[in-house]
Amino acid sequence: MKILVAIKRVVDYKASIRIKSDGCGVETSNVKMSMNPFDEIAVEEAIRIREKGGASEVIVISMSGEVCQETLRTALAMGADRAILVKSDTEIQPLAAAKILKSIAEQESPGLILLGKQAIDTDNNQVGQMLAGLLNWPQGTFASKMEFHENGVSVTREVDGGLETLFLKLPAVVTTDLRLNEPRYISLPNIVKAKQKTLVIIPIESLEVDVSPRQQTLHVTAPLKRRSGVRLQDAAELVTHLKKVQVI
Amino acid sequence: MKILILAEHDNQVLKRSTHHTVTAATELGSEIDLLIIGSDCEKVAKQACLLQAVKRVLVADDTVYAHQLAENAAALVAEVGKQYEYILTGATTFGKNILPRAAALLDVALVSDVIKIITPDTFERPIYAGNAIATVKSLDGIKMLSIRTTAFPAAKEGEQAVATLQKISERIPNALSRFEYQALTQSMRPELNEARIIISGGRGLKSAENFHLLEKIADRLGAAVGASRAAVDAGFAPNDYQVGQTGKVVAPDLYIAVGISGAIQHLAGMKDSKIIVAINNDPEAPIFQVADFGLVGDLFKILPELQNELDK
Repeated sequence: MKILVAIKRVVDYKASIRIKSDGCGVETSNVKMSMNPFDEIAVEEAIRIREKGGASEVIVISMSGEVCQETLRTALAMGADRAILVKSDTEIQPLAAAKILKSIAEQESPGLILLGKQAIDTDNNQVGQMLAGLLNWPQGTFASKMEFHENGVSVTREVDGGLETLFLKLPAVVTTDLRLNEPRYISLPNIVKAKQKTLVIIPIESLEVDVSPRQQTLHVTAPLKRRSGVRLQDAAELVTHLKKVQVI
Repeated sequence: MKILILAEHDNQVLKRSTHHTVTAATELGSEIDLLIIGSDCEKVAKQACLLQAVKRVLVADDTVYAHQLAENAAALVAEVGKQYEYILTGATTFGKNILPRAAALLDVALVSDVIKIITPDTFERPIYAGNAIATVKSLDGIKMLSIRTTAFPAAKEGEQAVATLQKISERIPNALSRFEYQALTQSMRPELNEARIIISGGRGLKSAENFHLLEKIADRLGAAVGASRAAVDAGFAPNDYQVGQTGKVVAPDLYIAVGISGAIQHLAGMKDSKIIVAINNDPEAPIFQVADFGLVGDLFKILPELQNELDK
């Protein structure tokens, strides 16, 4: 079984967010970029499945500009076998991303597609579910545990009320949550090895899928700042204040 | 404007996310239908009829929908929803699981986590963990939205049913997935999404046992108990306690953060609370930048004092 893992290059989770002065978006130049943390968990899970003999090959895919090769190389250094970059110089929205992944899945026939449950830039939480719908495959979203059985996988999902476990027939789409695993550190020899691995660049036009935007971002603004508050001496003073503002 | 709302429920009661979504829908139009997908869910349907803003309650009651799995539920949403101009649901794990799949089946985009309706096709939504707000215009014929429940008040239920009940006989089997089991946290305290007061603990609590200190205060205040990601990862609290960008987004009247440093991911989930209290031994902790009231000191000393003061 092949595993396809979709990854996205995003502003690093520790970087501070600056809004462009013309209000058209968030500044991404001269900002540290890295692999979306949820996708890193997806790559790690795929590699662990292969290491346990549950998969023959881990293919990572991203849809972005040339610079995204760096992010794909990171996944290769973690242990993925080969990479595909669907090259696009314009923003790819979730439905378009799902259509591109469907097209690649039809070429590669993976038994499992893993994705992070959401990207920490646009926070959409959509692509995995959309892809599963387009392929008519089962979906296991927000996964914190996966267990393989014959012809299927049990996926434990983090839901609002607690945990829910589903059985999915393969092939399936699984989106990863934070507690599924802890991604490994990358060693120097593996960074060197990753340079030798195959990274194929496919122009987005060659896939002949409809990637037209369905949403237009009119502008981006900073959220309202909270007024800074007061430091209190002790619990008694706190209770007095809370009673004064009538919240207790 | 014909609006369809996918209701969230557990076959027994209608979840409050639905009430908040109804309020968002009333800003778009008055022809609001509610879709209930479940099994043995007559009680939910009856309750839904009490929502004053809802015109029709559509009920698909069949054993194939017992666990509301995305594979057939999304297919039904797409089938019923194609006659509507809007399809809405709450941006909870339930809505986030089903609605994007239904959107793909209808070949339309979805606007996630709507916090404001500006015009019938333009919406505000947070991006980058709430560090930026995007104004987004939908270009599709059918507009699909998931609603951030904290941004809209809950619609009220009346004494008498106003909506008409209509059965949907469409039965879509699901051969792709099946429900195995669930482990839901049982608690007598209010749910995080609905609590007026929340007391949350972070890594500073140091152990699962120490969470009892919070629970005692929570019970005294009628509050819910939450946790930061760090506390959940460390095993101090179950996953459904998590407040933050990737956990629950809450906006109670009072949020008390105990031993929480205030990582961006956590702030994204609680910074719209009306009053924020921070208790932390690090005076430089970012949580103090959003707190209305801050107490710097050892939480193991402050919490018992707070308990005493509240008992006075």
